[in-house]
Amino acid sequence: MLELYEVKKSFTEPDGGDLPILDIEEFHLDAGEQMALVGRSGCGKSTLLYVVAGISRPDSGKVMVGEWDITLFTEPECDRFRAEQIGYVFQTFNLLPGFSALENVLLGMCFAGGRIDRARARDLLERVGLGHRMTHKPTQLSVGEQQRVAVARALANRPKLLLADEPTANIDSGHQQQVVDMLRERCREENVALIVVTHTPEVARQFDRIDNLEEINRAVVVK
Amino acid sequence: MSLWKIAWRSIQQRALASALTALGVGLGVALVVAVLVIHGVIDRSFKRGSQGYDLIVGPKGSSLQLVLNTVFHLSESIGTIPYSYYEELNEGRFSSAVETAVPVCVGHDYKGSMVVATIPDMFDKLTYLNDRRYEFAEGRNFDLAEPFEAVAGSVAARKTGLKVGDTFVPKDAQQDVADPDDHAHQSIKIVGILAHTGTPNDRAIFMNVEGFYRFGCHTAGPTLAAKLMKPKTEPAEEKSQAKDERAEAEHKPGEEADKHGEDAPDRHGDEARDHAAHGHVHGVPYDQRQVSAVLVCTDMSKPQLAMQLGDLVNADSVAQAVAPSKVISQLFEGIVGNVQLMLLILACLVVIVAGVGILVSIYNSMSDRRHEIAVMRALGASRVMVGTIILLESILLSLGGGALGILLGHGLVGVLGPTIAEQTGVLVSPWSFQYNELILIPGLVVLASIVGYLPAAVAYRTDVAKSLTTAQ
Repeated sequence: MLELYEVKKSFTEPDGGDLPILDIEEFHLDAGEQMALVGRSGCGKSTLLYVVAGISRPDSGKVMVGEWDITLFTEPECDRFRAEQIGYVFQTFNLLPGFSALENVLLGMCFAGGRIDRARARDLLERVGLGHRMTHKPTQLSVGEQQRVAVARALANRPKLLLADEPTANIDSGHQQQVVDMLRERCREENVALIVVTHTPEVARQFDRIDNLEEINRAVVVK
Repeated sequence: MSLWKIAWRSIQQRALASALTALGVGLGVALVVAVLVIHGVIDRSFKRGSQGYDLIVGPKGSSLQLVLNTVFHLSESIGTIPYSYYEELNEGRFSSAVETAVPVCVGHDYKGSMVVATIPDMFDKLTYLNDRRYEFAEGRNFDLAEPFEAVAGSVAARKTGLKVGDTFVPKDAQQDVADPDDHAHQSIKIVGILAHTGTPNDRAIFMNVEGFYRFGCHTAGPTLAAKLMKPKTEPAEEKSQAKDERAEAEHKPGEEADKHGEDAPDRHGDEARDHAAHGHVHGVPYDQRQVSAVLVCTDMSKPQLAMQLGDLVNADSVAQAVAPSKVISQLFEGIVGNVQLMLLILACLVVIVAGVGILVSIYNSMSDRRHEIAVMRALGASRVMVGTIILLESILLSLGGGALGILLGHGLVGVLGPTIAEQTGVLVSPWSFQYNELILIPGLVVLASIVGYLPAAVAYRTDVAKSLTTAQ
């Protein structure tokens, strides 16, 4: 489902020099597989997700999502591919404040350019337990509810891969398990491959596969 | 969910700032609309006023002043021409090219409304605005046989408070009247109120020219032999009336006629009216009468003669012939048009400044929205999509402001309408719509696209990864 080969990414430092962030020889994730990605801050976890999502382009290497090497895509192709094939859950939820819960889910469909499937959007919200709060704005929802809306939004376009960047970091411990369970359950239902970046050992331990990026990212080893 | 809706939600999210920005555009557009509507209506009304006759024959002098005074009842009269000149147009050497000739005499006013002396043909035969006939809201046209009858224009009636049946004495007429003791003839009776025409005639009061001469106005020494007047009454009456008057002129020399005109009818009002009703019109002898101008409808069945009429009159040393439509066009193109252009430019500048307000408003919000844009991009929105959303937001703000401005503009016209009608006689309705208002819509879209370009470019160039990382 997801394969990375010799992916390198570096940033330009203020003095003009290169700061290597990612240097991954090989990385695989099967279809429907769920894994936790751990590692200390600054080891490149978020950058890896951006590269996989096509938000950032690697300096070199191949990023295969399904049968497609997204590094060969033009930017608009990449945007379209991301809208259709990849779901993204942010640490801070990033719901758009002017839109209701339902509209936030529909927003993802709008960018995919396909038919706006309101029934699916409603169904997803029902399945994350927010059937009664569809018309509420993000400010009228608790943080746990906001994250559930974010999960529904990420799944709106039936993606093949869902990237969750520290989805429980802003949620109190009482609700963390609820969000993780919901996330894993929904991905299992839709056969979506899941990468959860987390700093929380309790969350990571629930996954059969736990990768430490510090171990597979040669840029970190060099530093 | 469409991009329009996303843009609309963005506007809703910053409701106060958006409303103030749209209000700025609205005020600018309201000014443009008010200028366009008021100018358009006045333009039509002024041009409309000159319709119904092709030429004004008046004394030599400023053609513009002649038109302003005769058509618009503004400015001072530039003088008079002998009554005989009217007769030349009506039944003399120029008559073959003339379909209708109507004399007008000015010089008095009543409570600020000009009193114009004329004959009933003014409303019976002349038309306005492409052959619209004058109608009376109340009463009837004045009768040529009743020297002291008058009709009032709609605005003049409202302004002076005159109603059908009321009598009035024109300002200064009392001192001009031939016999100051003649109270019976100093009062002029209103017998009709004209329906609103939207022309300057709404602002004037029109009295029988015969009564006007009884005030001793527009008279000169007896320079020509008394001529017969041929009042425009029923065709059947014309011959007998002319015959009677001819007989009267033959048997009464100038002095006697003068005395008769000043004394006899004045002292015996009812008897004189009866007398006049039989075609015996009394007053200043015809050779002493003067007119301010003659309104001439040329005979369009003889176009060549009609075209030569102006040249023939102008060749005379006595009078000039002016085509009012030409003078009015020159006036509008030369002066009024430029004023309108300046006002329009100013109003457009206000709209442009308001457009810059949109730019500032959206641009200032961009720093707060960078993260929002990055989220949209992460969800799959392309650069073009987020740029388009910002452009649509700008367009929605300007169109919303434009719609508000059109409403405000017409509202402003509605508020100013009564004052304009009072001052100019031109009825400006808030529902008067100018076709060039339609230009505002694409104009605003273009303006919004221009001012929205910069913030749209900012949205387009947003670094998604950086913006997402910064927010986290």
